[in-house]
Amino acid sequence: MVSTSNHRSLATCVLVEEQVQFSLIELTQACRADSEQLVALVNEGALTPIGDGPQRWRFAGVTLQRARTALRLTHDLELNAPGAALVLDLLDQIDTLRARLRRVGGD
Amino acid sequence: MDFKDYYAVLGVEATATQEEVKRAYRKLARKYHPDVSKEPDAEARFKDVAEAYEALNDAEKRAAYDEIGKRHKQGEAFSPPPGWDSGFEFSGRGGAGGDGGYEHSDFFESLFGRQAGGARSRGAQGAHGPVTGQDHHAKVQIDLLDSYRGGQRSISMRVPHPDASGRMVMQERQLDVNIPKGIRDGQHLRLAGQGEPGHSGGPAGDLYLEIGIAPDAHFRVDGRDVYLDLPVAPWEAALGASVTVPTPDGNVQLTVPPNSSAGRKLRLKGKGLPSTPPGDLYAVLQLALPPADTQAAQAGYREMEKAFAGFQPRRTLET
Repeated sequence: MVSTSNHRSLATCVLVEEQVQFSLIELTQACRADSEQLVALVNEGALTPIGDGPQRWRFAGVTLQRARTALRLTHDLELNAPGAALVLDLLDQIDTLRARLRRVGGD
Repeated sequence: MDFKDYYAVLGVEATATQEEVKRAYRKLARKYHPDVSKEPDAEARFKDVAEAYEALNDAEKRAAYDEIGKRHKQGEAFSPPPGWDSGFEFSGRGGAGGDGGYEHSDFFESLFGRQAGGARSRGAQGAHGPVTGQDHHAKVQIDLLDSYRGGQRSISMRVPHPDASGRMVMQERQLDVNIPKGIRDGQHLRLAGQGEPGHSGGPAGDLYLEIGIAPDAHFRVDGRDVYLDLPVAPWEAALGASVTVPTPDGNVQLTVPPNSSAGRKLRLKGKGLPSTPPGDLYAVLQLALPPADTQAAQAGYREMEKAFAGFQPRRTLET
């Protein structure tokens, strides 16, 4: 495996979770998904943009991770949108419980 | 390159029906999917399972694989037979949806060719007008100290890149990146224009880096907070002490209050990951007992026994 173009440059970067808001089109491109898949996840309540209607939707930066997880689950476990939404909810619950466990010293 | 027994990976017989292959895959995928599984090596196991399924779920690929499989066993050295066209275009569903696709093993690629997610960009080349390159994703691991201090880091990653014939190959790539102070495990950096090059004058896509913080021998990270197990001597815990505590960003002094017991969490406010507000660092007390391996040490424990004659360590167990 030969690497060809190897000019090094300092890339400008932003922290997605804190500095980025996505439109539906941007999120579609970032997830390399079809917009219908993302719309289906919004309709399930699994992704929660602000704004009225798909054209005006703005997704918080943390949505990237959530949407990608949902899309991986959809593809790899052959789930539909309601199934993926349910798994996301359960994963959230597990995270909450783990955090609570750590706080009471069960770490 | 070793031959891979895809049937064994899925735990099915070579005579299994498509329905059985599918069922075996779904069961293993739920067990090992990296997003839901806590099994060790879940990601590696899932890759194997997904690759086996990709080969066996598609009738054309399965037939081609069975042809090869008649002459090989699991783990046996394997090279494609002469005349085997590794660039053959299989018509089954390409790679994974989105870029959820995993890098295939050399064995898989020698049989079915490389198809790492290039399908859509190849299609895009035929389109009219400028086309934006696709966004790419990669995972990189940094040390906890990198997050504490931030700053420029050189990272290397493997990204798909079209070779001279337009086929996607994985390529080593080095990038200098400014790590923001206080970045947390699982957060993402977006590097504008560092994804796939655009077509017909279109702009390049972006590169997303998912940041993982490498496990540290002493510190555990939980969001912005950092935990450290802090061993103390019994007299330090009992009488109180001022002890030196390492943090990822240097030593600090910590006061252990008298009558502290094992497991007590002492908070060092603001010494967790930098942020507004910064996280906290918790020192979790562990009692370290000195060994009774000299006469003087044994005498010391005897003294303690006398001094605490009424002490009942197991009183809570009494019924």
